[in-house]
Amino acid sequence: MSPNTLDKPLTRNVHADRRPTDLAAYEANGGYQGLRSAMGKLSPADCLQIIKDSNLRGRGGAGFPTGMKWSFVPMDGATPGHKYLICNADEMEPGTFKDRLLLECDPHQLIEGMILSAYTIQADIAYIFIRSEYLLASKLLREAIADCYAKGYLGKNILGSDYSLDMHVHASAGRYICGEETALISSLEGKRANPRAKPPFPQVSGLWGRPTIVNNVETLCNIHHIIERGADWFQSLGLTQDAGTKLYGVSGRVKNPGCWELPMGTTIREIIEEHAGGMEDGFKLRGFLPGGGSTDFLTTEHLDLAMDYDTIGKAGSRMGTGTMIILDDKTCPVGFVKNLVEFFARESCGFCTPCRDGLPWTAQVLDDIEKGRGQDEDMITLGRQVEYIGAMGNTHCALAPGAMEPLASGLKYFRSDFERHISGAECPWCDGGSN
Amino acid sequence: MTDQLIPVLSDIELAEINAEIAHAPYRHAVAIDALKIVQSHRGWVSDESLRAIARHLEMSAEELDGIATFYNLIFRRPVGEKVILLCNSVTCWIKGYEKLQRQISDHLNIELGETTTDNQYTLLPVTCLGACDKAPVMMVGDDLHENITASDLPAIFRSAQEAHS
Repeated sequence: MSPNTLDKPLTRNVHADRRPTDLAAYEANGGYQGLRSAMGKLSPADCLQIIKDSNLRGRGGAGFPTGMKWSFVPMDGATPGHKYLICNADEMEPGTFKDRLLLECDPHQLIEGMILSAYTIQADIAYIFIRSEYLLASKLLREAIADCYAKGYLGKNILGSDYSLDMHVHASAGRYICGEETALISSLEGKRANPRAKPPFPQVSGLWGRPTIVNNVETLCNIHHIIERGADWFQSLGLTQDAGTKLYGVSGRVKNPGCWELPMGTTIREIIEEHAGGMEDGFKLRGFLPGGGSTDFLTTEHLDLAMDYDTIGKAGSRMGTGTMIILDDKTCPVGFVKNLVEFFARESCGFCTPCRDGLPWTAQVLDDIEKGRGQDEDMITLGRQVEYIGAMGNTHCALAPGAMEPLASGLKYFRSDFERHISGAECPWCDGGSN
Repeated sequence: MTDQLIPVLSDIELAEINAEIAHAPYRHAVAIDALKIVQSHRGWVSDESLRAIARHLEMSAEELDGIATFYNLIFRRPVGEKVILLCNSVTCWIKGYEKLQRQISDHLNIELGETTTDNQYTLLPVTCLGACDKAPVMMVGDDLHENITASDLPAIFRSAQEAHS
């Protein structure tokens, strides 16, 4: 294997034309070697230690250490019965389009990662929870799973070992909240997708009350590479203290919007200016959400920061999914934030009051300001909403606090634009802008 | 209600639902799968279908309706032959969603939530479709359309109709 393919493990089977990699092509490029080398040679505890040592952090947005998450699964056999591994392929965060690439271009990479992850926690049933609209990915995954059963990678006694695993694809029926792991579990049980209180954590009591791990697609795609090549190799890929590579994306008014696998800790400037080609002609960069719709704005002063969990966290935002949304100078910041808050208001599960009633209220205030009907007091109202809805602990899950992140930071960085809407009683962007 | 009022699910629908039940711990765990299966055959989930599914899954129709109405891709009202899922999330909005929605509405003579008089299309907004590098995007039936401009609309809707006929 050439060194350059080792630098970008996740996308080594991703082609420019996005054609899917089938089982034969996947195996020809070293696929299922990680599984073969682990089965019979590495114990579940060995695999867990490798993942812990690798410092892999969850790629779904929260960045929780994967090995630590897995370590809470009971392994003593004291509670006999099923254990579950669930892949969260419910990619719906606004501005996020990275998991689609992995699912459509290399379904076997995910499946191999899932088999090894399930083996590590000794799960006997795995689900891929995929959003309904990802039709091509669903079809490819079902075909790939069937191929794996035929090859002995799934089913009873995998590769002659005493380990057995069944895998199913569950296509969702919509709603963003299904991406929250406990809501996902509710949905997989056939219920309304209301999140659940924690504790108990899913590792102890998840799907149908059994120990359950939910991991993002990109997280699981890393697993077999780490098991095969080791924790040191994985650590060496990152440019900062965070390990591995990351799928970074840029969308909005840039010359070359897209998604690229780059070393963890690549600077924001390199991602936007080199890979995304810089701003479209006639547009200036004003700010960006670093990792999806529920992350705080950063601005041009942050361009030289490394895109990793801790650096972006210290700058007052979150790396989230790593797919940035660009705010340009011809797009109204109030309209931008209003679009996001309306989205979160629509996607609230309705379980708790601050989210169900608070978000539509916030959206209404933003609509008034954006349409030129705003009052000076509205700025105070928005500030209070950020304070009360945005505080973790006031709501049942993280959806509503997430909705407040672009608003809180929008008020911080673009406050004068909000105030101009109110003092001028109109949107300065409404004529001649991009919308 | 009497049993006579509950239409029997088709053999194909029952087979598909039972295949899901086979790997679930209890029958109503497959409620969402069953709703989707019936919708895939009938286009939407009528009150009669809902009652038939609930009976098969040994749960109340009211509980099943609470589930059905939670999910935006379970249709409890009739929809056209093809559902248009038009992304209105932030990147598509930046790249001209509002104009595009107006152009589609004018082209098909329907507003969001409505179905064309020939029953071909229902226009619905949808959450970020995960193709933001190609914004604005929408799905027409099973097909994803990317980088849409007004001039693409006649071809998109003509080819969708031809594929159907």
